[in-house]
Amino acid sequence: MNSKENVIEIYGLTKRFKEVLAVNELELTVNRGDVFGFLGPNGAGKSTTIRMLLSLITPTSGTIKIFGKTLLENRKEILANVGSIVEKPDFYQYLPAIKNLEILAKISGKEVTHKRILELLELVGLKDRAKSKVKTYSHGMKQRLGIAQALLHNPELIVLDEPTTGLDPQGMKEIRDLIIRLSKEENKTILLSSHILSEIELVANRMIIINKGSKIVEGEVSKLLNSSTLKVTIEVENAEAAVKFLENTIWYKSIESITENKFILSIEQIAIPELNKYLVENDVLVNALIPVRSLEDYFLSITSGAK
Amino acid sequence: MIFTLIRIELLKIFRKWRTYIGFIAIGILVPLLHLAMYLEGQKSLEFMTRGLRDSFILVGNLLNGYWISYLILNALTIHIPFLITLVAADLLAGEATAGTYRLLVTRPVSRLQIVTSKFLSGIIYTGSLILFLAFMSLVVGLIIFGSGELIVIGNQSIIVFEKSDILWRFFLAYGFAILSMTVVCSLAIFFSSLVENAIGPIVSTMAIIIIFIILSAFDVEILREIRPYLFTSYMLDWREFFNDPIDLAKVFKSVLILSGHIIIFFTATSLIFHKKDILS
Repeated sequence: MNSKENVIEIYGLTKRFKEVLAVNELELTVNRGDVFGFLGPNGAGKSTTIRMLLSLITPTSGTIKIFGKTLLENRKEILANVGSIVEKPDFYQYLPAIKNLEILAKISGKEVTHKRILELLELVGLKDRAKSKVKTYSHGMKQRLGIAQALLHNPELIVLDEPTTGLDPQGMKEIRDLIIRLSKEENKTILLSSHILSEIELVANRMIIINKGSKIVEGEVSKLLNSSTLKVTIEVENAEAAVKFLENTIWYKSIESITENKFILSIEQIAIPELNKYLVENDVLVNALIPVRSLEDYFLSITSGAK
Repeated sequence: MIFTLIRIELLKIFRKWRTYIGFIAIGILVPLLHLAMYLEGQKSLEFMTRGLRDSFILVGNLLNGYWISYLILNALTIHIPFLITLVAADLLAGEATAGTYRLLVTRPVSRLQIVTSKFLSGIIYTGSLILFLAFMSLVVGLIIFGSGELIVIGNQSIIVFEKSDILWRFFLAYGFAILSMTVVCSLAIFFSSLVENAIGPIVSTMAIIIIFIILSAFDVEILREIRPYLFTSYMLDWREFFNDPIDLAKVFKSVLILSGHIIIFFTATSLIFHKKDILS
């Protein structure tokens, strides 16, 4: 199979809820084996797009192709090979976790054995609580059960909408590790939606950023992020003295704020080591250099660049 | 796949506490009625037949399981809709409230299959509740009070059915009651497809039934004209099976109208659900 085979193709996808244009002429392509980051701030149209991908919402216009087939005409065949978590992980609260998975397995379109269900419960660390009703589960446990149900039928494409929401740092790391493992060891194609850039940066090879329903940028994560300007917080003993040393440099103009022992400036990522070297050579003791790259900042850098 | 979906729906229905409210209500109410009839039934029977005793000699076990079951069926078919609605209104709206629409609709099953399985499961629940009512009133009634002739006092007639001529009438009457209650179930599911919370469909369904029943009961010329268009006007036509001869044309017309309502509600629900954006 060609490694560049398109698993998801979206052309001119638009969704309008009365006066609200939620998704506007969106185009994107996800290749086989990609961990594809789907980024955007809250309300950008990520979940609406994902719901259209999973046939929960009917597009106003546009085409969705998955595995080379149009979703509208091949819905059943396509969904038999797609696993998903859409927003918060909801289950039949009054049933045990294992019963929830058994129900979903029966309508997954593939043969799912009891052994497979137990393996998945073990994978997500819920085997000991398999017979507990879901209403007794914490949010994190439900999130992990959500991952298990998405993998039940061993799908080729996995769509994860904000899968780490509400998880503690350990839980977030476990999900990230699982995504990387599914991609590398089982060659799954994963569409991962998030509003946290660092989360995408850690696992995705390609990404798209959308805002107000429209695409802002799409491409390889490494290329997109390396070319960006970062805000860096520089912690020193005396910020004013340190800034004086920068007065005659190109960095001086980009200083944004100064407090007693730290200052913030905007800088190209590749120039950070050079700045550090300059400060140290001028006997400024740098305690820390902390890149601050919020999605919002990244948007601003892209949109201002576009202008 | 549809049978799998129905099995899953039935599992979900019968794992919910609210499903048993109807069974518990009937399980408490009918034995209480039996007890009341056991203690005071003879007086009640004498009161109801006081006009007949001057002209006829009434012999045999008239306070029997058939008579009591007939009274209970008359009394409860008006109230059973509420018990049906409690479950039926939750079938679709409950999935929206719980956020589990997403689990169902992202699987390789069609929306029509989902609606069909919900309808059929709702009908099975309705049937099981009516059959439970039949068991509690008829079977338990026969065990406690024994069998005998059934006296049915109409507006202008008194019919006495021999005990060998009764049971099949009850079978058909309960079958008709299931059909009537299926209309209620279908209406509740229809309302359930419109919203994301079961309270609205429960209230709406009951409001419609109460309004229609009141409109059917008022004997005013203008209301008499709209009565044929109210499905509640046909819901109590199971009584025709306790007529002699049975007006088959009337029964057939009622069955057609009630079935037509079920088909209309099912079709409307399917169309709404097919186009519904799942935002919950």
